[in-house]
Amino acid sequence: MNSAANSAHFVRTGALAAALKILQRDLRLAVRRPGQWLQPLVFFAVVTLLFPLGYTPELDKLRAIAPGVLWVGALLASMLALDSLFREDAADGTLEQFLICGQPLVGLVAAKTLAHWLLTGLPLTLIAPLLGVALGVPVAAMPGILSSLALGSVTLSLIGAIGAGLTLGVRRGGVLLSMLTLPLAVPVLVFGARATELAIAGESLTGVLYLLAALAVLGATLAPLAAAAAVRIGVE
Amino acid sequence: MVELSVKNLQVFRGERHLFRGLALAVPAQRCLQITGANGAGKTTLLRVLAGLLEPESLELRWRERAISPRDAGYHGELAYYGHDAALKADLTGLENIRFAAGLRSRLGPAALAAAIARVGAQKFADRLVRTLSAGQKRRIALANLLLSGSSLWLLDEPATNLDAAGQALIGELIGEQLARGGTVIAATHQDLGLAATARIALELGSSA
Repeated sequence: MNSAANSAHFVRTGALAAALKILQRDLRLAVRRPGQWLQPLVFFAVVTLLFPLGYTPELDKLRAIAPGVLWVGALLASMLALDSLFREDAADGTLEQFLICGQPLVGLVAAKTLAHWLLTGLPLTLIAPLLGVALGVPVAAMPGILSSLALGSVTLSLIGAIGAGLTLGVRRGGVLLSMLTLPLAVPVLVFGARATELAIAGESLTGVLYLLAALAVLGATLAPLAAAAAVRIGVE
Repeated sequence: MVELSVKNLQVFRGERHLFRGLALAVPAQRCLQITGANGAGKTTLLRVLAGLLEPESLELRWRERAISPRDAGYHGELAYYGHDAALKADLTGLENIRFAAGLRSRLGPAALAAAIARVGAQKFADRLVRTLSAGQKRRIALANLLLSGSSLWLLDEPATNLDAAGQALIGELIGEQLARGGTVIAATHQDLGLAATARIALELGSSA
């Protein structure tokens, strides 16, 4: 009875407010440590720009392989930042506190995944058109590339969150994480590259964008649940 | 009234059968002090009670109600203070405290300042945690513990890295928590300076 009085003046934070706190904290940490989110971006730029040097400088030939180069580059770059998604919080004990703070873990995991997308998926999407120029992609194709990468990268972050949760218990989970996540990312890669190809050819890509959006919605509804369960096991 | 009771706790760690039907009961306003040799299972017991480790079997009752150790309501009432301070190196002490407290409840700056003053962290709360000493980090973590507003404190070696004043502070904070009507389970070999009636001793490895 008397212990109830102890917590009487504590007004509990709502689940959404708690998730927003995590989002805010992760973004603040990213501002303090820009290297973490700049690395995948630089990786993506370097890999893409190697093709004009290593394959051919002829724009016609580059344009033909541009969809594949952009998407494989973006996929591998987003994979780079994935390992640290939950690992840093697990290493300093913060993740344990998330588990026992009385807030639904699904919301907290979803917030971390959203922060991950804002710091990798979104910047990758935004520089893709610039890199496309180096591959001879016409300016008219830029809206298509932006929208398909935006949708696809959301799904990649969501799939990645499951993998990052599952490999928490493994000391060096990097390679295992890629092996778990890349096969699941294949549909995104196939539809995404097709959308970019259609955009470059100047054809309508609405159908493919719908498919990418459907994958993103499917991921957004199921992936946080799976990732939360994986994190719970990983912390043990 | 018994706040927390445990019956038939069975835990395996690898091949070892660590707990064979351990039972314990902690009334309100008491501190259960767990001692035992290294590897006797002090941390394991605390992690099981916090719902961080899945036991083979456990009958847990909180305030006379059978619950799962992963019950969200129960988690809202407990605070776990473990080996890791759960602080972000690139945030200041105050930012860490504001985040950890904000995750659980809405508190004004006055409440945060009061907790920081209570643990003696005023001088370094605005510095980045990566520049703090291990003992200073523990004090920031103690402020988080105070601000959790939890009835049940699970403390794993709370005095580690603290200076003499800090070790005395642990005893005082536990005393205040009991006076507020709370309950404490602490794994420590340190003398907490509590009244004999407030303290229950449990030595692992001998009876269990």
